[in-house]
Amino acid sequence: MLRPVPDADGAPFWEYAAQGELRVQACGDCGELRFPPRPCCPHCQSFASEWRPVSGRGRIWSYVVAHPPLLPDYAAQAPYNVVVVELDEAPRIRLVGNLVTGAGQSLGSFPPERLRIGARVRAVFHDGLPQWVPERS
Amino acid sequence: MAAGSGALKDATAIVGIGQTPFAKRLPEDERSLACRAVLVALDDAGIAPGEVDALASYTMEETDEVELGKACGFGDLTFFSKVGFGGGGSCATVAHLAAAITAGQASVGVAWRSRKRGSGPRPWTNTTVQLPTPAQWTRPFGLLRPADEIAMLTRRYLHEYGATRDHLFNVALACRNRANQNPAAIMYDRPLTREMYMSSRWISEPLCLFDNCLETDGALACVVVSAERARDCRRRPVYVHSAAQSLPAQHHGMVNYWNDDPLTGPAWSAARHLWKHSDLTPEDVDVAQIYDAFTPLVLLSLEGYGFCGRGEGGAFTEGGALETGGLLPVNTGGGGLSEAYVHGFNLINEGVKQLRGTSTAQVPGASACLVTAGEGVPTSALLLRS
Repeated sequence: MLRPVPDADGAPFWEYAAQGELRVQACGDCGELRFPPRPCCPHCQSFASEWRPVSGRGRIWSYVVAHPPLLPDYAAQAPYNVVVVELDEAPRIRLVGNLVTGAGQSLGSFPPERLRIGARVRAVFHDGLPQWVPERS
Repeated sequence: MAAGSGALKDATAIVGIGQTPFAKRLPEDERSLACRAVLVALDDAGIAPGEVDALASYTMEETDEVELGKACGFGDLTFFSKVGFGGGGSCATVAHLAAAITAGQASVGVAWRSRKRGSGPRPWTNTTVQLPTPAQWTRPFGLLRPADEIAMLTRRYLHEYGATRDHLFNVALACRNRANQNPAAIMYDRPLTREMYMSSRWISEPLCLFDNCLETDGALACVVVSAERARDCRRRPVYVHSAAQSLPAQHHGMVNYWNDDPLTGPAWSAARHLWKHSDLTPEDVDVAQIYDAFTPLVLLSLEGYGFCGRGEGGAFTEGGALETGGLLPVNTGGGGLSEAYVHGFNLINEGVKQLRGTSTAQVPGASACLVTAGEGVPTSALLLRS
């Protein structure tokens, strides 16, 4: 499986994820959230930033179901979903991930026919990566 | 003429085009293919290689200016540029040459693309170049291929606008039908039916096999000179009426999910520039060559370039609108989906053929053709006229 290769801006995201925390970069001056992380704020051009905790709750904005040809580790789990989740706190912050039946379950564990745009999900963590599970309401 | 707003309009023309055969596998290397396409284009124009003083290409091109110049026997080059973002840069090559020639930096420009995508490795399998920004946010989760990245936008598109797979099929079918008329097309003798499309294998749902472009070996080139010089060339000049590049504010490339409005991509801002500097409107366009690495890019481009409103790209394709005799015939050589996938350069040459009146699927009396580069990446577009 491919591991993230963080750049300097992205490294804090993965460090927090390794501790089971979902955090998003925010401007240290105007407070605007931004993703992906970058050196300065596109709204006020400040280089000050902080990493703000978010609830990890959101909704599926879109999804695909991937089929081979794929890299071998991924082909072994296909067909699997990849989702884009928009966060409750900031719907325009959208994270790519996988909807799974539970933390650590395979990429293909959630039945593709039950995937829906708008479905509520929440973040869990496994092996340093966020995953998404259905939110039971 | 003084440089300034409107200086580019009709100031230059494409006077030569060339191409190699297209195939899944060609024996020659990319450099040889590039040289062949360029020399055919220069011969088509009636211009000696020694007169070439400008080059333009776009990234993912393996043959550099030094190799091409010393092999083909070019003169002293005074302008050379390479545009970023792969398939988004196709039309920008012509735009750069047009700008350089209009500004007096050069007089004979050549743009080209040589690619062994059919027999070479698929770019997405090279994970070492894939993993830095922005891939750290997508690849570990199995969003590995361009098809996956565009499928994500497509699912949202279908959801927001009520478009269907039949609309995607309309794009694939129009391209295939034109390829069936074009002996140079990879899919010349392979008709497509709705049954084949709907029962084909998935690549990344909602995109199936036929929503994806071909993988092709081949090369193409074109020659750009001033309008004045063009009058002395062998072929009828095809004028560069308007040209645009576009990297919209807060754009994120193919993974444009982080934009405020991911379903309006670079086509929208390219179109604003293109039409602003044009005497024409979308209604004046007789035929369009729209970048089609994936079928949904055509729906987005129809909206972005103003042929229909936002969200109406699917409906626009109904009733044979993209076919010969339809509202807007597209990709009349077969496009990337069915002629050859050479990062969109075949769309430029096909636009020239239409305005010369020599296309294998000629639109009668065509006098204006839109050519676009890749939607979903920093892009470019040309409005050509006869």
